[in-house]
Amino acid sequence: MATKPPGNDITSAMPAPEPSPGTAIVSSDTVANPGLPGEHVRVTDLDPKEEKKAERRIALFFSLSIIGSVIAAVSYVIFPIIPGDMASVRANNMFVGLGAAIGLLGVGIGAVHWAKSLMHGHELVEERHPTRGSEETRQTAVEMFTQANKESGFTRRSLVRNTLIGALVATPIPAVALFRDLAPAADPIAKMKETMWAKGVRLTKDPSGVPIKASEVTIGSAFQVIPEGLAELEHHRLEEKAKAAVLLMRLPVEDLVEKPERASWSYQGIVAYSKICTHVGCPVALYEQQTHHLLCPCHQSEFDVSNHCEVIFGPAARPLPQLPITVDAQGYLVAQSDFTEPVGPSFWEREL
Amino acid sequence: MSTTLNNQAKSDVGPGMRFTGAAANYLDERTSASTAMKTLGRKIFPDHWSFMLGEVALYSFIVILISGTFLTFFFDPSMTEVEYEGSYLPLKGIEMSVAYHTSLDLSFDIRGGLLMRQVHHWAALLFVASIGLHMLRVFFTGAFRKPRELNWIIGFVLFILAMAEGFTGYSLPDDLLSGNGLRIIDGMIKAFPVIGVWMSYLFFGEEFPGVDVIPRLYVLHIMLLPAILIATLAIHMVLLVVNKHTQFAGPGRTNDNVVGSPVLPVFAAKAGGFFFLVFGTIMLIASMFTINPIWNYGPYDPSPVSAGTQPDWYIGFADGALRLVPPGWEFVLLGHTWSMNILAPTIVLGLFIVLVALYPFFEAWVTGDKREHHIADRPRNAPTRTAIGAAGVTFYAVLWAAASSDLIATHFKLTIEGVITSLQVLFFLAPVLAFVITKRTCLALQRKDREIALHGYESGRIVRLPGGEYIEVHEQLEDSERWRLLDYNDYKPLTVRPNDQGRITVGTRIRSGFSRWFFEDRVMPVGQKELDEAKH
Repeated sequence: MATKPPGNDITSAMPAPEPSPGTAIVSSDTVANPGLPGEHVRVTDLDPKEEKKAERRIALFFSLSIIGSVIAAVSYVIFPIIPGDMASVRANNMFVGLGAAIGLLGVGIGAVHWAKSLMHGHELVEERHPTRGSEETRQTAVEMFTQANKESGFTRRSLVRNTLIGALVATPIPAVALFRDLAPAADPIAKMKETMWAKGVRLTKDPSGVPIKASEVTIGSAFQVIPEGLAELEHHRLEEKAKAAVLLMRLPVEDLVEKPERASWSYQGIVAYSKICTHVGCPVALYEQQTHHLLCPCHQSEFDVSNHCEVIFGPAARPLPQLPITVDAQGYLVAQSDFTEPVGPSFWEREL
Repeated sequence: MSTTLNNQAKSDVGPGMRFTGAAANYLDERTSASTAMKTLGRKIFPDHWSFMLGEVALYSFIVILISGTFLTFFFDPSMTEVEYEGSYLPLKGIEMSVAYHTSLDLSFDIRGGLLMRQVHHWAALLFVASIGLHMLRVFFTGAFRKPRELNWIIGFVLFILAMAEGFTGYSLPDDLLSGNGLRIIDGMIKAFPVIGVWMSYLFFGEEFPGVDVIPRLYVLHIMLLPAILIATLAIHMVLLVVNKHTQFAGPGRTNDNVVGSPVLPVFAAKAGGFFFLVFGTIMLIASMFTINPIWNYGPYDPSPVSAGTQPDWYIGFADGALRLVPPGWEFVLLGHTWSMNILAPTIVLGLFIVLVALYPFFEAWVTGDKREHHIADRPRNAPTRTAIGAAGVTFYAVLWAAASSDLIATHFKLTIEGVITSLQVLFFLAPVLAFVITKRTCLALQRKDREIALHGYESGRIVRLPGGEYIEVHEQLEDSERWRLLDYNDYKPLTVRPNDQGRITVGTRIRSGFSRWFFEDRVMPVGQKELDEAKH
């Protein structure tokens, strides 16, 4: 046992305490462990012929593996990819893959077979020791730690220590600040509340950008719509589309229940609603013509188009925002204004 | 040292030993390799099929590293819009990001590229699946008990990292399906109180989708996350060696020994061979079965979406949780929007995974057992733990099923509303049922084990006694067979006792409540006295 250095207040080493079994029942009436079973003898241990056979089998697997690896490399050359020919892609994928698979599986089966049939098969026993270090080791560790503490004065010089902790806590501050320019300076919240739609902007087909005449929209039809000019955008085309995508549908006028303040937002039963789900923003893509229901394929929120897109099922909480529309002098459908509320998923500052 | 090695080399039979001896000597004089050999060379590993699950995870991760490195040589994560000029005709001339373009090139213009993409994806699916099964094995056999609680936590972190790697990798091709996945993440982030909008804005670099997110995810996917994963994996392995592997009860096996094969040669051959088997199997699947055919989905566009969209299977439980929320869970308070339809499932999932992570500490607190445990439990011998596990698995399964609610509805010709409503009921009911059924089944199996240990098993041999009576002869078990049924821990419920100050603390009451819940119904292991009595 190590000698105790002066000033060490740790109690001297003693045998490791027996850990508590807690509420476990330590019975004195346990059955005795019957001990290790006898050695398991394999056919290859008894019969030299079988041993030779196993040897040959293993070598065969390793040889097959070599052949497989070569097949893979050969296939790479003899099954080239011919541009535009999907069958050639499939052949290349399959033959290179199968060759490589044989190459790998051959090694694997051979090695495992070797271990199981030829390598010395008996089980060995190794003693476990408690995971904690021996009392002597622990004592030494404690002494070292105590010594280091004494030499540095870590616990004694509390002013130094506490200011150090404070300084360490403060060091990541620059890192936090540095991440601000992950996004531009502009405030995102204002941007989230506006889209490309504005008074007089024509409704055009997605993706062609061809304007839509009110007369084209027959009862029961539905159009994927983008604002005029979006298809030609050089920058931010997808960002604008992610906010401005609209579904245009025409319902029999008698099926349409409209709020009095929105009576002028539709045109002869033609209504336009944001296509971006108010749940987490998937496109609400499935329109059921007979029931006038819209279904979001991501999380199955259902909206009733005849009843200002109210949520009738699913996790969405708010109706899809409606785009007020009318027709211009040439009979094309145009927006009366932007959406009157933010489109897409909810966010903290939405009502501000 | 060198003389010993040389002498050994000369006296040995194989002709290659002279070189091996010299090489070993050269290495040892420079690296002290013999010390490592002495410690690890004949280290014993116990054998059981279920110990293989963690190995599958390890090996599929190596396959992921190999195939992933190949992919990085050809993939470019840029989101710059270009026109498709590759050899896949249906997409000719379509505007798409460079990321999607190079993913298509990998699939159609680079020999073996599709194979490596599929190896990478299949290996990733296998990686997450085998980690999940490995965790279940560790849970149900109690292999998380002292001294392995910390390794459970580390393994849990690995599981989370694996899912993060999966999600970031899934998003990289920038196809329609993965883009919608990112859209959902964007919507979920935005729902967070106070910081949501800003987190989304900084993450995407501008409004969704922006042109920054794929390159950022790429750096996370190929550098930051793998670095953390490899470091964590290394600690996991070191602790495995330090703690030594658990073993199942068996003749000669005790809490103080390990019975099994030595690393050299048997375990190394089996494990090394098994790496090739795992790699070969993944290769075989990748050469025969398509996974994630991104060319069918088209480039990301915020407007179209295909019906029946599904995330990769391991994200399903989170997607399912979102689908189970009833309409209208959102309110405005003090001018701010609270999206409980997103926050509630996020909180429930967060709690669920925290419970998974902390379970070992909970059970240790309930039992108060401070001993080391190296004998793996048979699940039936810890009925309450097994029942808790079954309830957890069922809970996960309900969420997972919910992620396919639309497909369930279309395949079985049900209404989507009916499927969701049923799953909402099952969300609460199924875990409780699973708990009760599993616990009763475990107790019944324990009673059967007792019966067999004491009276043997029915031999099927009917004997007529001289008096005309017929009996079936019961055969006694071998001692070694019986031992497997006997060797388990038995706990009694904690009795509430006042502490030193004569008070009963709230903590004690709670603990004894849990203890009763755990151990009130129990079946004791057969003792020697009983066994002797039964023999007469």
